[in-house]
Amino acid sequence: MSNYPRPDAATLLEIYKKATLIKQNDERIIKQMMAGKLVMPYYSPRGQEIIPSALSVSLDDDDYICTIYRGLHDMLAKGFPLGEMWAELAGKVTGTCKGKGGPMHLTHPAKGMMVTTGVVGSSMPIATGLGWAAKLDGKNRVSVANFGDGAANIGSFHESLNMAALWKLPVIFVCQNNQYAEHTAFTESTLISQLSTRAAGYGMPGVTVNGNDPDEMYGAAKIAIDRARAGEGPTLIEALTFRFNGHLMGDAGHYMKAGDYAAAQKLDPMPILRKRLVAEGIASEDALAAIEKAIDAEIDVAMADAYAADYPDVIELKRDVFAEEIA
Amino acid sequence: MSETKQLNIVQAINLALHDAMEADPKVLILGEEVGDRQEGGVMGVTKGLSTKYGEDRVKSTPISETAIIGAAIGASIGGYRPVAEIMLMNFITVPMDMIVNHAAKLRFMSGGQTSVPIVIRTMTGVGFSTGGQHSDYLEAWFAHTAGIKVVAPSNPDDAYGLMRSAIEDNDPVLFIENLPTYWTPGPVTCQHVPIGKAKVALEGKDVTIIAHSKMVTEALTAAKTLAAEGISVEIVDLRTISPWDRATVLASVEKTGRAIVVHEAVKQFGIGAEIASVIAEDLWGKLQAPVRRLGGAFSAVPFSKPLETAFAPTAPVIATAIRDIVAA
Repeated sequence: MSNYPRPDAATLLEIYKKATLIKQNDERIIKQMMAGKLVMPYYSPRGQEIIPSALSVSLDDDDYICTIYRGLHDMLAKGFPLGEMWAELAGKVTGTCKGKGGPMHLTHPAKGMMVTTGVVGSSMPIATGLGWAAKLDGKNRVSVANFGDGAANIGSFHESLNMAALWKLPVIFVCQNNQYAEHTAFTESTLISQLSTRAAGYGMPGVTVNGNDPDEMYGAAKIAIDRARAGEGPTLIEALTFRFNGHLMGDAGHYMKAGDYAAAQKLDPMPILRKRLVAEGIASEDALAAIEKAIDAEIDVAMADAYAADYPDVIELKRDVFAEEIA
Repeated sequence: MSETKQLNIVQAINLALHDAMEADPKVLILGEEVGDRQEGGVMGVTKGLSTKYGEDRVKSTPISETAIIGAAIGASIGGYRPVAEIMLMNFITVPMDMIVNHAAKLRFMSGGQTSVPIVIRTMTGVGFSTGGQHSDYLEAWFAHTAGIKVVAPSNPDDAYGLMRSAIEDNDPVLFIENLPTYWTPGPVTCQHVPIGKAKVALEGKDVTIIAHSKMVTEALTAAKTLAAEGISVEIVDLRTISPWDRATVLASVEKTGRAIVVHEAVKQFGIGAEIASVIAEDLWGKLQAPVRRLGGAFSAVPFSKPLETAFAPTAPVIATAIRDIVAA
């Protein structure tokens, strides 16, 4: 990976900003859930912030992404507006989906956030189709499919990677391997040690990187995105990471091996990147504190607006079922 | 638009696909063997399209039903109008997640920000000894799902017209083709047929038969026999199963006072149950007999010819039911 393109100082700082927004937003959501102010199924992305942040700095607004129920990090990194996200989480009519989708179906085409699915494995076939559309459009747009290690064992993984490779589609398959498929450890789901080796079976490049390392993740993503834009086809990136809040909020994690959690905590990518930015003189302690404070203020506004907004009218049950309102 | 042609259903759908691809460069075709290098589909329905419009727009796929529907959904969200073929209706069980959880729901779940204007073509039907996994009518599953429309033409003219409308519709449409009647010729006017509109295929006054797909043909045959016996049968061809044309059905049954819903799908929990319920709810007191249903047996479609023939309603079975309801 020594030959990977590396993020420059400004890009690293940008990655930190995106990742910090994801982390602080996650912390606020959990606080609000604990306080009983937000009631929803929540799949926290805490610990996986670097992956989409280091990827998205190489994406444009009109590049497509599809993600899954654990996907707020992917969306925020892509530029999903915070206010409309919070309103959606609160089930309000001002939400990006008018409150009809909720946390598992957040959508915002203006930023390329096309589909969020609650079904394991279902981001891949649709992202493949968006890749087909992108290729037909001929505008060098790419399509990113986010999914977890559990989804790599579903048939749709095989079908999508095979079809995307066969049709040379501009798709980046990002497998965020957080070591657990719901409550089942990665090692209990497959005999192979690296999911990226499966790429060879479809005739596409595959790479396993430390998804918590901004250099590695940025480099692998940049190569895959450049390759897709050049019309050379899809890539599978396996980004190794860890989820700190279990599968669903409230998950006590009894299925984890003793010591795994503590070991992962020592590798928490957020304090590591923060220290590095200061050590390398990319940003001062004060500058980072100011960034963090500004993000908190932004979340304050999004949250307050969401709580103040109205719930959707019951008439919405009849709207958006079809293009025409139903009787 | 153009003069009437004499075509069978295979030719009518093929012509509709040609005309749609010609009219709109966003129309795409995908499915197993749909390209001309693979003979334009097992029944030749997509013949000539890849040669004329290119293999970027007409894509033969691996045998990957989930990826086929997923690719269609993704391309449609990206601004295209794909027509995806799932060769046989039984194979639609494979991509059900893509159809039910995604194609049908994305518009609603996104609050109208995205839509999935795809057509899913699929063929089925008893009659060719294709047995338990190649013959089923599964339309009720999709009629039960909010967000997807279901159409099933009974003749070449409607096949053409419904296909044109389905492709131009802004929502997903399941397009059901009947295999045994594929080669039955008929006039094709090349006009769009609106989705959601039934057609009175035969006017009559004693009883209304509500049917779709091949069962319309069977009902028409039964009606001819009964006309000689002095029984006047009205036949409503649903054409669209969901959303179905309540107004046309109710007007006809109000007129005749008797209704039999006929479908090839298994009778239990089939669309006949819904239609019979609505008729009973809306026309109670105006009916001269309880609404009846005819449907497939509660079994897998059998292979052996006598069993296969006994599985689904036929013209003689429909005729018997009509005699019974008129006499009641």
